[in-house]
Amino acid sequence: MTLTRRALLSGTAAAAALGLTGCSGVTPGRDTRGSLDYWNLFGGGDGVRMTQMLDAFRTANPRVTLSAVTLAWGNPYYTKLALATLGDKPPDVAISHLTRMKTLVSSGLLEELRPADLARHGISADLFTPRAWQAGLVEGKAYAIPIDTHPFVMFYNTDICEKAGLLDSSGALAPLDSPEKFTEAMRKAKEASGAYGGVVTINNDTSTPWRIFQSLYSQLGGEVLADEGRRVVLDDAKASQVLTFLQSLTRSGLFPAGSDYQGSIATFANGQAGFYFQGEWEISTFQTAKMPFSMTLFPNVFGGDRYAVQADSHTLVIPRRPDQDQAGLDRSLLLVRSMLDQSKTWAEGGHVPAWLPFRESAEYRAMTPQSNYSAAADAAVYDAEGWYSGSGSNFEIVMGSAVATVLGGQQSPADAISQMRGQLLNLSKTASPI
Amino acid sequence: MTTETVVRPRPATEDGPPPEQRPGTGLPALGFLAPFLVLYLAFIIGPTIYGLVMSFFDTSLVKPGLSGFAGFGNYTEALQSSDFWSSLWHTVWFTVLTTPPLIVLAFVFALLADRAKRGRWFFRLAFFAPYILPSAVVALIWIFIYTPGLGLIETGLLKIGLTSPNWLGDPNWAMPSLALTTIWWTLGFNFVLYLAGLQEIPRDLYEASAMDGASPWQQIRKITIPMLARTTTLVAVLQVIASLKVFDQMYIMTAGGPNFATRSILQYVYDEGFTNFRVGYAAAVSMLFFLVVLMVSAVWFAIVRRQEKGV
Repeated sequence: MTLTRRALLSGTAAAAALGLTGCSGVTPGRDTRGSLDYWNLFGGGDGVRMTQMLDAFRTANPRVTLSAVTLAWGNPYYTKLALATLGDKPPDVAISHLTRMKTLVSSGLLEELRPADLARHGISADLFTPRAWQAGLVEGKAYAIPIDTHPFVMFYNTDICEKAGLLDSSGALAPLDSPEKFTEAMRKAKEASGAYGGVVTINNDTSTPWRIFQSLYSQLGGEVLADEGRRVVLDDAKASQVLTFLQSLTRSGLFPAGSDYQGSIATFANGQAGFYFQGEWEISTFQTAKMPFSMTLFPNVFGGDRYAVQADSHTLVIPRRPDQDQAGLDRSLLLVRSMLDQSKTWAEGGHVPAWLPFRESAEYRAMTPQSNYSAAADAAVYDAEGWYSGSGSNFEIVMGSAVATVLGGQQSPADAISQMRGQLLNLSKTASPI
Repeated sequence: MTTETVVRPRPATEDGPPPEQRPGTGLPALGFLAPFLVLYLAFIIGPTIYGLVMSFFDTSLVKPGLSGFAGFGNYTEALQSSDFWSSLWHTVWFTVLTTPPLIVLAFVFALLADRAKRGRWFFRLAFFAPYILPSAVVALIWIFIYTPGLGLIETGLLKIGLTSPNWLGDPNWAMPSLALTTIWWTLGFNFVLYLAGLQEIPRDLYEASAMDGASPWQQIRKITIPMLARTTTLVAVLQVIASLKVFDQMYIMTAGGPNFATRSILQYVYDEGFTNFRVGYAAAVSMLFFLVVLMVSAVWFAIVRRQEKGV
């Protein structure tokens, strides 16, 4: 890219603005002008908070015309993003899951984020949760700025847990760090709630069964794919141990054997279960329900010294466009920086901020229950690399479907494992369309 | 899945000259047809041909162009894939579960509604109303009805001391549950076709047979059912094609689960094309499915031909 006079000026302006304000608050960009298209996939509480953050950006940068588009999450979103970029009409900035971003990179659809460009906006690798930053690198290069880590966590009903005698004198939950302790806690909670100990989504949802399986399986050190998805390395013994444990929970009636996403939320919100397992984003749902609950790390059931939990990150990416110039890039990075500076708003929705200046602040540590499970970001296990892998991918559908049959009691762990292996082998043998 | 095209059976007696001898064909007619033809070419024929071409390439959704030539590779892969055959079977199984009830029940309810002395409008509305609901609304209503623990059916059955299966969560029950939803939803369309058919039957046939001492049951068997033969053929074929096209209910209510038990062939196409980005392969699967639908249509055509000769 050749350096033009305008680019040089705007770059200097951005750097000057940064120098004046340091790291606090939204970076004002009074001199930045132009339009900015931004795509995201946030609904519910996340959607409301994202709108707040965008409004703050608009106030701070009155000369930038920001138009934000919210699309339904999942495959349609990534399809649209890919097609818009191929058609040379991409948004300037877009949200992507970290586990889906690599597919976009291998398709050549994302702009590399060079350290020099990032530095002009005060962004550098050492300011992020190392795990989230590292997991997003492709051949050592950055293509995505993580704004959070969203791990699988444990929600618990504080009234039920107190009644069941599971809380210590300070009101904290005793660690459930072995299969026996976990099962025992579920049994006590079941007695206290009168219905179920815990609840996890099984029906019409393959992501949640995958998340709980992946969390436990990685605590055992298990991996599913290698060589960017070309090899299946599923460990039968470890998978069987996890699946047998999961099946014991529904078989004994501690967990309902067939709850869908909304149903499992209702079961927990109605006090029919003491524990609920899902990504932290459901925090808003239960805050709105005004129920007595708290959140903590997903228990380290199998890990011993090693903790691991399934997670993904939301990242901001800059799709590649033929007419990208330095001014446009700086405008985009201004928005990225603004999102990072508003990590507090974002963290209210449950997400663990990836931006260390906020994550390490006293303000975040005082945020409960959000900061209870902040350590999950450092033990996050992202979906294995592969063109068919990532959040909402066929990989998750294949794995989650098989896990759901075990949870629902329709298949034995051994049958589920052979089903997983068969379908994964098919995918691993298929030539990558990317 | 709904059907957009309504094919009316041609009236039994057609006095006009055969179409090719009618005045007004030729250039002027083409002019009138042009707006339709342009759209038809642009949105039906064009994409179909493009799809056919694509099915012979390893086309990717996230790469420009057709990518490498695959020959019949995509077709052989599909025919050897157990996922292809199982999803095709799910579509067929759904068709088998929905078509007979949607014909028989539509006929029975149309007959009853036609005989109602008072409040006929109410019955017509009651049976047709669900049909105008969008698939997402229908899905949400029935997800609530089927929800384990909290749903309408389970709560109702518990009150009378019965336990209910896990409607959408059990691989064996999921398809019948979806079929039941679909029957409730789309019955109204066939119902209206039958109602129209019933009104075309001359009343004097019933009066004459009543004078000869025919019972109502005999009237239904000997007059109504034979006189409705054309309507039944039409309803049957439209229904088979509509059922083969099933996608929405499953995609929303079960996402093809549990454990792929309700993944229809169209969802398989969607999964491969849009989730796995393999649009070339997905196009090949679509073409294979297109052949199946074509065969069904051909059978219908043959039956209609025979019926027309018979009259």
